[in-house]
Amino acid sequence: MTALDTDALGAWVREFARAVTEHRDELTELDSAIGDADHGTNMDRGMTAAVAALDATPPADAAALLKTVAMTMISKVGGTSGPLYGTFFLRMSGAVGDGSPAAFAAAFRAGVEGVVARGKAEPGDKTLLDALLPAADALTEAVGAGQGLDTALRAAADAAAKGRDSVTPLVARKGRASYLGERSAGHVDPGAASAVLLVEAAATTLARS
Amino acid sequence: MKKLINAPADVVDDALRGMAAAHPDLRIDPEHRIVFRGDAPVAGKVGLVSGGGSGHEPMHGGFVGMGMLDAACAGEVFTSPVPDQVVAATQGVDAGAGVLHIVKNYTGDVMNFEMAAELVAAESGTEVVSVVTDDDVAVQDSLYTAGRRGVGVTVLVEKLAGAAAEQGRPLAEVAEVARRVNGQGRSMGMALTSCTVPAAGKPTFDLPENEMELGVGIHGEPGRRRVPVAPAREVAEMLLEPVLADLDFTGGDGVLAFVNGLGGTPLLELYVVYAEVQAVLAKAGVPVARSLVGSYMTSLEMAGCSITLLKVDDELIRLWDAPVRTPALRWGV
Repeated sequence: MTALDTDALGAWVREFARAVTEHRDELTELDSAIGDADHGTNMDRGMTAAVAALDATPPADAAALLKTVAMTMISKVGGTSGPLYGTFFLRMSGAVGDGSPAAFAAAFRAGVEGVVARGKAEPGDKTLLDALLPAADALTEAVGAGQGLDTALRAAADAAAKGRDSVTPLVARKGRASYLGERSAGHVDPGAASAVLLVEAAATTLARS
Repeated sequence: MKKLINAPADVVDDALRGMAAAHPDLRIDPEHRIVFRGDAPVAGKVGLVSGGGSGHEPMHGGFVGMGMLDAACAGEVFTSPVPDQVVAATQGVDAGAGVLHIVKNYTGDVMNFEMAAELVAAESGTEVVSVVTDDDVAVQDSLYTAGRRGVGVTVLVEKLAGAAAEQGRPLAEVAEVARRVNGQGRSMGMALTSCTVPAAGKPTFDLPENEMELGVGIHGEPGRRRVPVAPAREVAEMLLEPVLADLDFTGGDGVLAFVNGLGGTPLLELYVVYAEVQAVLAKAGVPVARSLVGSYMTSLEMAGCSITLLKVDDELIRLWDAPVRTPALRWGV
């Protein structure tokens, strides 16, 4: 079993930041269609600042690393993505445990539950939760079944992408996209799109750590 | 994109530097991006804090001063401020009488102000009450949506609750005025053109030359319906119809009628709209007690307007007429 230590989680966070920067314009484009055209720039600003904070003060352990990312997102981003991603990393930080795959799966779930509590959204509302919840379920199930972390994270990333796509035809019921009513149907949710990047980054980094 | 800026990333900070230079009677905290009333905290007075994304100027920083807000937090363009800012603003205006947060109903604003109120409660004994504005009739109110957006009525809440606080009323009463104003106000907006978020560099949505967007939000969120461009007379009717249908404005002491420009519409056109608003209201049997015409809650350079009606009584009229001294609203002093 792989140990999910500070280095491994640091690589995950950095890969997520890299992916967000790479997809910045695409995320903003998705947000122009059904929101307020800032999701890519906001996420990029927050994650770039989070990586800078990790560089400036190398964290003592995994919990400190996740907390640094959380506090940076909360204090730099604003909007909904700041508090929601910030809460995700904060709750994860409080639940990292021994760094085993089972502990990681539990911490990931704790993070997702934090997003539920903060955003008060439900499955099918067309938010980042529609990618995060299926990912948490797939991860828990795969790890519980004794599968390796690489297989489990691949399953989680696939579930996240499937979740993102499953709500594309739906009408948004939370966030700014909800103001559009029927016109939000048929558009990819930007929050679900960035959440897929988060899980995909875990699959590409943590699996081989 | 053609804009009078230095760099997209510097817009908010550069504008705050300009505000500080233009209004020496205000105190600007550039690090936290807060506009403070120069004499805050004012002894014995309830502090009023608002804030939101930038790009809506003069809201909220332009409403800081005697008779209105004590502090305003500026977020990135169209992005709510972060909890740290709201915490610093709340602590900076707390004179022991408590602090009122005036929050527009957008998921991000509500979340960030909520986190700030939790942090303030944990860090100090400051009493914070939040009032969320949600007056936009373009959005269907439902348990299953983010709810109605806070738009034009926010300006009126800040003025009227600000006047109540200036009279030395306690926090509960100031909050009650704010809630009452929100409950008695309704708004509806329309756009002729989109706006361009500096960091995005191009218009948020495309609107053909011969179409307008009804029920548009103040962040370039598209509205609910596109219709052919129409004369101001018909636009006033289209905007007022759902407002008048949502709340009974007849009887009583009349209304405060507020025609607001969204940033790219000249005052000349806003007065054209106001004349039509008067006519529609006269026909509907709604007397106008006070009016406000101008661009007070904008959406960058969006062309278009919103109309807000607020049901008023003697008390609210007195609070409206009370002296105010801010960069954007200034009378009686």
